[in-house]
Amino acid sequence: MKTTKAKKNFWLGSGLTYGMVIVAYILVEIALKTGHMSSLMEGLLVPLCTYSILAVSLNLVVGISGELSLGHAGFMCVGAFSGALFSKIMKGSIDPTVSLIIAILIGAAVAAVFGILIGIPVLRLRGDYLAIVTLAFGEIIKNIINAIYLGRDANGFHFSMKSEIELGLGEGGETLIKGAQGITGTPQASTFTIGVILLLITLFIVINLVNSRTGRAIMAIRDNRIAAESIGLNVTKYKLLAFSVSAALAGVAGVLYAHNLTTLAALPKNFGYNQSIMILVFVVLGGIGNIRGSVIAAVVLTLLPELLRGLNNYRMLIYAIVLIALMLFNSSPKAIEIRERIAESFKQKRQAKKEA
Amino acid sequence: MAVMLEVKNLSISFGGLKAVDGFDVTIEKGQLYGLIGPNGAGKTTVFNLLTGVYKPDTGSIVLDGKNITGKKTIEINQDGIARTFQNIRLFKELTVLENVKAGLHNHFKYSSLTGILRLPKYYQTEKAMDEKAMELLKVFDLDKESHYKAANLPYGKQRKLEIARALATEPKLLLLDEPAAGMNPNETAELMDTIRFVRKEFNMTILLIEHDMKLVSGICEKLTVLNFGQVLATGDTSDVLNDPQVITAYLGE
Repeated sequence: MKTTKAKKNFWLGSGLTYGMVIVAYILVEIALKTGHMSSLMEGLLVPLCTYSILAVSLNLVVGISGELSLGHAGFMCVGAFSGALFSKIMKGSIDPTVSLIIAILIGAAVAAVFGILIGIPVLRLRGDYLAIVTLAFGEIIKNIINAIYLGRDANGFHFSMKSEIELGLGEGGETLIKGAQGITGTPQASTFTIGVILLLITLFIVINLVNSRTGRAIMAIRDNRIAAESIGLNVTKYKLLAFSVSAALAGVAGVLYAHNLTTLAALPKNFGYNQSIMILVFVVLGGIGNIRGSVIAAVVLTLLPELLRGLNNYRMLIYAIVLIALMLFNSSPKAIEIRERIAESFKQKRQAKKEA
Repeated sequence: MAVMLEVKNLSISFGGLKAVDGFDVTIEKGQLYGLIGPNGAGKTTVFNLLTGVYKPDTGSIVLDGKNITGKKTIEINQDGIARTFQNIRLFKELTVLENVKAGLHNHFKYSSLTGILRLPKYYQTEKAMDEKAMELLKVFDLDKESHYKAANLPYGKQRKLEIARALATEPKLLLLDEPAAGMNPNETAELMDTIRFVRKEFNMTILLIEHDMKLVSGICEKLTVLNFGQVLATGDTSDVLNDPQVITAYLGE
């Protein structure tokens, strides 16, 4: 009896998440068709999907696996560059949609490999140390990509870490990655529809993984590592699995991001630690371990700065006031007292109603 | 009778301190064996050595004819030792049912991909796991609380859930670290019944650490007394408890 109830709750919960995304998609499509969408908002649609995917995938590590990772933008960066490189090489030779699908798979695979390679040494650490090391790895990835030069001519591919001239391209050669200038001329194949489909796939993977034998093992390890070992759970395997799946999904988000721009460069703004922290803020604000919350927080926090552009000068002021107000509301004894009193009076009213 | 666990000359030092020094024990199949001694005598360290949390400096551990010395915790669990902890270690954010299902992890398998794609095998295996876990919970009278968060169970039930989770791994030998700690006399009496029942129902060999002498003398057949890391006495419960050395070192006049 109770099992069926739990199952129903589970389907209700995840169904609500999928439904929320689909409804939002339909509403946006209607607005687009009827011309009620400003070009500013239209430009935000693909980034919204990108950030939602990033937030959901990071939640797998931070919320479900319980490890604080600050290098998520690094995996996004790897996915973005490998996907964009593929599309640039294939430009004109295959159908753009097919090319994008393959690029997404490549981005996911490359990011997953990086996730495993970085995860093996890094997941031996815990807490603050893990956070610091993942932060460093994220920055290292970005900086290495900034130094890569890759070209192609009749003789094949040329690679250098120094400069474009070092490539020594022959006649008719083409530079694919131009160091800090990155990749230019990636086909802009990302659309809102593709973004939403990728978001749904991400949600499907994460939600189903969490609610399976694997997810149970991951959460058991999070709750008590020593007890998990004592009942025969392979701690390293499951931590690494969560970490690499999360990295792969970040790679997907990166490919989506890359195909929305004409020029892809590894700037501190898009792949730096600020970005990693922004994704973490989505996860924390949406509720650690709460998948649906991650999507909502990513959307709200991406839209708000744009909608409140008029208040730009006061942004930091408002941030500070909100932060202080929240701290007071949450932890000051007086505020807690007031909150409890209000809750109590509500309870009494309800009871009075019941009695009457 | 056949021997379940044979430990010889087990030692470990932490810095200059010999926490366990030349520990020997032989437990027969189906026996209920007690390990007692004053605080700091090294009882829990012995458990940690048996379950591979620490690697012994010297000595050998043979479980049911298989040498498990120096193996990792998860391998030892798969070879057949499960344990509970002195300070309860449940998966607090998981439900009671999920705690037991985590214990079933290595006996009911499907791949992560099967789980993600929700293939038929996922539903079959999860259903079988639910049934098996509920069966175990019923034994411990926890079936009504199966959807509580483990952290929200009362203390006595948390202890029971820990035993249920350990049994879910289908061990040959069950180690209980102070199962009656923090329980009132009624709960302790109930726990004694549970332990007896587990032994009979699952045909289990049990080694337990306990300070509650009523429980020890009530259910243990044989005892080993540890003092400063060394075996002070070993033998049948009544003999050991009347040993003058044990009385001076641990029980008091």
